[in-house]
Amino acid sequence: MSARTFLRIAVSNTLVKNIARYVMMMLLALLLFGIILLATGKDPFQSYRDMFGATFGSAYGFSEVLVAMIPMLITALAVALPSRVGLINVGGEGQLYIGAAFATWGALTFKDQPAWVLLPLMALLGMIGGALWAFIPGYLKSIGLVNETITTLLMNSIAPKIVGFLIFGFWHSPMDTVKTENFVSAARLPTFFNTRVHLGFVIALVLLALFWIIMKYTRWGLEMRAIGGNPQAARRNGIPLKGYLIVIMCLGGAIAGLAGMSHVSGFYGVLILNFSMGLGFMGFLICWLAGGDPIGIFLMSFVVAIITTGGNFLQLTQGLPYAVINILLALALFVVLASPKFFEGKKA
Amino acid sequence: MPNPQDRSPMISLRGITKSFPGVLANDHIDLDIFSSEIHALLGENGAGKSTLMKILFGFYRADAGEIRLSGKPISIRSPRDARSARIGMVFQDLNLIPAFTVAENIALFLPNLKVVLNPQEIDNRINEISKQYGLAVNPRALVSQLSIGEQQKVEILKLLLSDARLLILDEPTRVLAPHEVEALFGVLDNLRKDGYAIVLITHKMKEVLQCADRITVLRSGRVAGTLLRSEATEEKLVKLMFEKALSGLKITESKRDESSKPILELRGIETRAEGAGVTLKGIDLQVRSGEIVGVAGVSGNGQKELCDVVLGMTTCVRGEKYLFEQNLTNRSVGAMRRKGVGFIPENPLAMASIPFMTVLENMALPHTWRYARYGGFAIDWKSLKEDIQKTEKQLGFSVNFYAIAKSLSGGNLQRMVILREMTHDPHLIIASYLTRGLDMQSAIAARQALIQARERGAGILFISEDLEELFMLSDRLLVLYGGRFVGEFKPSETNIYEVGHLMTGSKVEHVG
Repeated sequence: MSARTFLRIAVSNTLVKNIARYVMMMLLALLLFGIILLATGKDPFQSYRDMFGATFGSAYGFSEVLVAMIPMLITALAVALPSRVGLINVGGEGQLYIGAAFATWGALTFKDQPAWVLLPLMALLGMIGGALWAFIPGYLKSIGLVNETITTLLMNSIAPKIVGFLIFGFWHSPMDTVKTENFVSAARLPTFFNTRVHLGFVIALVLLALFWIIMKYTRWGLEMRAIGGNPQAARRNGIPLKGYLIVIMCLGGAIAGLAGMSHVSGFYGVLILNFSMGLGFMGFLICWLAGGDPIGIFLMSFVVAIITTGGNFLQLTQGLPYAVINILLALALFVVLASPKFFEGKKA
Repeated sequence: MPNPQDRSPMISLRGITKSFPGVLANDHIDLDIFSSEIHALLGENGAGKSTLMKILFGFYRADAGEIRLSGKPISIRSPRDARSARIGMVFQDLNLIPAFTVAENIALFLPNLKVVLNPQEIDNRINEISKQYGLAVNPRALVSQLSIGEQQKVEILKLLLSDARLLILDEPTRVLAPHEVEALFGVLDNLRKDGYAIVLITHKMKEVLQCADRITVLRSGRVAGTLLRSEATEEKLVKLMFEKALSGLKITESKRDESSKPILELRGIETRAEGAGVTLKGIDLQVRSGEIVGVAGVSGNGQKELCDVVLGMTTCVRGEKYLFEQNLTNRSVGAMRRKGVGFIPENPLAMASIPFMTVLENMALPHTWRYARYGGFAIDWKSLKEDIQKTEKQLGFSVNFYAIAKSLSGGNLQRMVILREMTHDPHLIIASYLTRGLDMQSAIAARQALIQARERGAGILFISEDLEELFMLSDRLLVLYGGRFVGEFKPSETNIYEVGHLMTGSKVEHVG
């Protein structure tokens, strides 16, 4: 292979293409958003200066972007894994709540345990909670009764109510009715370098890598790709379709549950009523925009995290309402969805 | 019949060239079609017959060349242009709307359709033409209730009513029983007498010699030769089609043993139909070691359901299934597969392969447990490749391991499935439409593979609608009609007409 062909292959590689795509996308979204800012009488240049100053301007600002990425990465993976066998898991939000509730139960009940016992236990509980919540739609789907998209979506409305019931009824702290008492420090995921970036970030990256390896190299990855590619043919080849549907749905739920655990344990250190505010849905969006690809999930989470953290800062400096974040986010999503081919060069 | 050389042709194709990525489908083809003749286009799959006719019908556009209608060059850019040049085509997969009646389907196609339809008038026109040419069909019947043979009649009526003078029929006999084929040829003969030109695309030599006036043989995109029927013989045609003589099929004696325990036994199997499927009723079947059990039938009479029940895809509501005397009724496909059941389905792309995976990955699927290493964390691709290569040597054909399944032609895909299913010497092979889509040479190789498996002692359930093939290979022959077995024969004790009538339900007698 000559140096030139090697270079060509390296350039056409997904990573580079993906990065170029996200940069283009960001620029276009910022341009459109700039017009909106102008229309409302704000200075777009100052706004962007504030936004990027807040995210890239300092180590702390950048660390906040990473913090925001953690639940996005994990919940996106909770969607990506089931999508490989053709399951559409819209229930990340609900699974995250139930996972968080299970983990909180562990944190409140076993608060005397050392961290090396308590944290793995909470993680396990969180995964069990999410998996149980996902088992219901998974099982109903596998017996051909109900479409999982509908059930997972509807169950999202139930989960926060259950968490609310637990908080109001049993777990609320003496001071406050809408949250539990603060977790003991043994129930907190460790953070790095005096920032709020916690161990969840490492867990997320490990999970993404594991996902990639399993899909590419293992027997289960092969069988899952077969099911995703043509379920009837996979079944005729003797691959247990029903079993896979249930197990993978539960695994997706378990991952979302783990996101809930990492968020209450690493970020808040307490279970608050309605703490998620759409993290699971954000994961769903990120996963589908990234096409379920691990690198894409990482880049997409990064972009969305910049918008949300930077946007938060805009509220303070420019006096813009919270809704602007949603506008900017919506513009970014729109640009991606409008024409993915546009960003991949002219050959398509 | 007037000598065509004395007349000027109705349609002439000159220098038609068409290439698809990687293939030159038509390479400077010249062809003359006269009125009042049946012109057969003969050739293997992939010889360019269908492409050429689709160019004439405006479905594809030629890269080069011209089409002349009565000597004047015309441009045919779409099927619409073809229709105004009075050219009509019946495709391999019939294009009728099942929920419409015959008359509605035909009305849709009429060129001078009025804003307000007069159903009586359309019925009358249909009846008039159908009487004239022996194409009896009820205009008020729903197409979904017609047999394939009747649907084909509707397709032909459609063209006649829309004033076509040249009818192109793409493999019309593929789905017909023998007596239906003869009826069709009768119709074509009448049409010829009335001055219609007919182009018959086919790869069956016998039919060509039976009904065509002139025969043009295509080979890899070129005209290999044109013969009058009086000059043509089977040997001459084979020579033109293949350039060399085909190595024949070596059929060895069956090692069937009546007294042996059956490999597969179905007792009174009954299923519930899913959607538009067929219900199986009272299916009794035994497949012994070393025998090929042929199942004849027009497709859509329960073949798919039969395969699915044997494989374990569908559950049976009544009856029992035994494999090696072990009751495996309603057990999973995986359980059947592990016991050595190979399955070659009717549609290799939809039913056996994952379109976006490579051939090698597809090959691994029924045997993932066999090639998993480190508890499943790795797959031993090397030993899979070696096993497949061994089978390739045995069967005498091969497939590119790293091609994406979706990019393969139908024939190559079928080869992939055959190779995969024959690896690891299965004890029971379910082969459904084994040679559909294969060219003659590969078809011979595929049939040889079945015979090899029989020699080895495998039991084979062989489902086909090609009676010649069934008579050639089967040790026993069952006829499936409407989800029941309606006849059981030794091939030597029956003939294709008896089986053909049973297949189409014109003579039903229940067995057992």
